[in-house]
Amino acid sequence: MATKSKTITKVEIEHLVHHEHVQDHAHDDDHEESFVSKYIFSQDHKMISRQFLITAIIMAVVAMTMSVIFRLQLAWPGEKFAFINALLGDKWGKDGILDPNMYLALVTIHGTIMVFFVLTGGLSGTFSNLLIPYQVGARDMASGFLNMLSYWFFFASTSIMLCSLFIQDGPASAGWTIYPPLSALPEAIPGSKLGMTLWLVSMAIFVISSLLGSLNYIITILNLRAKGMTMTRLPLSIWAFFVTAILGVLSFPVLFSAVLLLIFDRSFNTSFYLSDIYIGGRPLDNVGGSPVLFEHLFWFLGHPEVYIVLLPALGITSEVIATSSRKPIFGYRAMIGSILAIGFLSFIVWGHHMFMTGMNPFLGSVFVFTTLLIAIPSAVKAFNYITTMWKGNIQHTPAMLFSIGLVSSFITGGVTGIILADSTLDINVHDTYFVVAHFHIVMGLSAIFGMFAGIYHWFPKMFLRMMNKKLGYVHFWLTIICAYGVFFPMHFLGLAGVPRRYYTNSAFPMFDNLVDINEIVTYFAIFGALAQGVFLFNFFYSIFRGEKAPQNPWKSNTLEWTTPMANIHGNWPGALPVVHRWPYDYSKPDNELDFIPQTVPLKEGELDGGSH
Amino acid sequence: MSLLVLLAIVLLIIAGHQLLKIIELSRSLKKTKEWQISDSDNNMMGKAMLLFMFLFFAFFFWQVDRWISRSLPPAASEHGVKIDELWDANMYLVTVIFLITNFFLFWFAYKYRGNHKNQAFYLTHNNKLEMLWTIIPAVALAFIIIFGLKYWNEIMDDATDKNKITIELYAKQFDWSARYTGKDGKLGETDYRQISGTNSVGMDTTDTFGYDDLIVKNEFHIPVGRQIELLMRSRDVIHSAYLPHFRAQMNCVPGMITTFKFIPTKTTAQMRKDPYTLKMMDGINKQRAKFNEEPVDFDYLLLCNKICGASHYNMQMNVVVDSEEDYNAWIAKQKAVKVVATK
Repeated sequence: MATKSKTITKVEIEHLVHHEHVQDHAHDDDHEESFVSKYIFSQDHKMISRQFLITAIIMAVVAMTMSVIFRLQLAWPGEKFAFINALLGDKWGKDGILDPNMYLALVTIHGTIMVFFVLTGGLSGTFSNLLIPYQVGARDMASGFLNMLSYWFFFASTSIMLCSLFIQDGPASAGWTIYPPLSALPEAIPGSKLGMTLWLVSMAIFVISSLLGSLNYIITILNLRAKGMTMTRLPLSIWAFFVTAILGVLSFPVLFSAVLLLIFDRSFNTSFYLSDIYIGGRPLDNVGGSPVLFEHLFWFLGHPEVYIVLLPALGITSEVIATSSRKPIFGYRAMIGSILAIGFLSFIVWGHHMFMTGMNPFLGSVFVFTTLLIAIPSAVKAFNYITTMWKGNIQHTPAMLFSIGLVSSFITGGVTGIILADSTLDINVHDTYFVVAHFHIVMGLSAIFGMFAGIYHWFPKMFLRMMNKKLGYVHFWLTIICAYGVFFPMHFLGLAGVPRRYYTNSAFPMFDNLVDINEIVTYFAIFGALAQGVFLFNFFYSIFRGEKAPQNPWKSNTLEWTTPMANIHGNWPGALPVVHRWPYDYSKPDNELDFIPQTVPLKEGELDGGSH
Repeated sequence: MSLLVLLAIVLLIIAGHQLLKIIELSRSLKKTKEWQISDSDNNMMGKAMLLFMFLFFAFFFWQVDRWISRSLPPAASEHGVKIDELWDANMYLVTVIFLITNFFLFWFAYKYRGNHKNQAFYLTHNNKLEMLWTIIPAVALAFIIIFGLKYWNEIMDDATDKNKITIELYAKQFDWSARYTGKDGKLGETDYRQISGTNSVGMDTTDTFGYDDLIVKNEFHIPVGRQIELLMRSRDVIHSAYLPHFRAQMNCVPGMITTFKFIPTKTTAQMRKDPYTLKMMDGINKQRAKFNEEPVDFDYLLLCNKICGASHYNMQMNVVVDSEEDYNAWIAKQKAVKVVATK
């Protein structure tokens, strides 16, 4: 349906986009939905994405509260805090002092919740579900039923993990990395009794949830794209979710196998990870196993996992930066290439977590090489984001602010990754706060900023209302200041040799001159945690009483903004959209508007911007 | 009293509710929507981005200025000096990258802040530019890889010095033991099934080479300038032998014997007189005085650096670097206790 006029006018765009008139409840008449099938066991990708998001937000609040508790202990070891006794009771917080076993439990569960439930479930689960059918132009995911299961397995997983907090011997306490034998032997630490079993069950169920979701994402992207939506007209968010899903399908089963073998060692007297152990006053019979096997299996997932966390955030950022800068994303093909390169390379770098395990040093060398390679596509992405902003007409929405924050912290955290990738340099900072600083800046800043950007940007589509902009601004500035304030000083603790997972730094005089650093970190942590209240209020208040959202508040090109402002099954009331161009025609010359949705046909002689 | 608090909370909730109602009402009277980004919003946020950049960089330099001197003292081992040089070179490089890229990011966020009168520049790609910032990082990384791996191979090579001293570090929940070879120059075999109260490290009591082994706790001594070969074992879970002053670390894994070698270059006595160390200890002791704790003198340390249980934070052993003569005197005083099998 090519138009003949030279410029595409505003009227024509409105006509094309609203071509199918919204008929109220057109689709709802077809399926009678009960409360249960609409809100609880929904098979609609939009409802499922909201379910993932809200569960992830609740889990994030839990994990963040845990971090405040252990930061209080670290800054003022042995000081009494009524807050600690109030939350942990007399067993784990007697006299307001954190118990050392519970300290390790808190850091373990904090890490587990944040990495898996918040940054995987909350990022992939929310945004892959929300955006894939919308942005490829499909009615819903390939299998609504499997999608529904993927959420409820996720819910079951989080519930079991939360239950493990309340058992008598405490939750798993061997670090989120749960290396055996510490995690295999109940005598080694109380958390390795029932708590560890529950952790393993929870994670096994989480892996199932993740696989169900990932299969759906891959199939929907490959098979259910609308007419005209070629792979090279897909928004970068979809490319990111696609590669993320592939990473998940290939790597989560390996975690599952690691977990399974650990269950065998714990419950069926096998010796996959155990050998030559004397504990609890007697030698164990297990011979021949190696903990290093677990470390390989764990990190074979563990490394792709951090890219499973990061890629969706990067994909979201591409959309937000392009839309907000009113400019095409710079280097669309290079961006696709770098997503693919990062995806591929992420499978062959896992050993950089294992330089000091006693594995063959030659193996270490190989991983140094591959890890430094992965810095290249990451750098390309960062430079492309910045170049997208160059000569843009930047609309500073809260989502854009968080995307800018993501790019800043991606660089800041990424460069210390280069240091850590060098095995020689890792010798003295492995397992110190230098590592803690690195991964928190890329995950506790970059990835979570990507999640916030996504929430602020797509809230109108999720809840048909707008979030408050001023509160968004306040939330962003408080968060970026406090987050950098918490994690930047940790580099210096690492340089001073402070190990991770130490209940207190006061046992070694050599750390006594670091008290002020620890205090500053904790102050920022407390303020940062409180600042999230601004977001929580804004988020939940706006769901019910936010301003009603227009169809395309950010004047964006992607297909989700062509759907009506109502949650209808099948997304588009009439026919599916037909795609004619790539999603990045922002401020294209000789056009009245500074954006051209993907459904607008090309004019005579006009070339699709995505083709070279 | 608690009734008063309850009343205050209820009143606060009501006040908050009324405030929200007022805001919502005034919202419906306005022409522009609250969520729309105005030119003044862009102006304010753009300027805030620039301000944040200055504060961020200032924060960075402030931290370096204040806290870089809290870092570990310069390396007290031969390979450690090389590590420190490599570290410095890398850190300077990444700091420059950090500053330059963050500058452009925040500067562009300010300079290109939106305005309804402006139009963005439609630029889709530039392959030359992509090549540039693919190749330049690749070259820089190649340098990093080559130097890093050169040193890594040297550090990880077997300890082949004829004069080396082999010491076993034995880790368990929650302390360290150090075992010396004794006069026969060989460490005795071990058998974890023979661990007992009197055989804490699990010597194999049938191996005669172990009869003269010396086992020490709390503190172990090494001579300056000699190659020290550490062999690490663990009784129960993964621990990690971390000797930060020597830039040495290696996991202690049950079922494995791991190893790390180094040559100490400064005696404990020398370190205690070193200006950097003196300044550092001064800061430490000033802080200790605030808590009425005794001042301490510098000591090399062995810490556990892999989560191993409740007292992971307190697995420590002092390391003393002696002159050759002092070391010989110390080792002569240690008595080997021949371990007899208990049944």
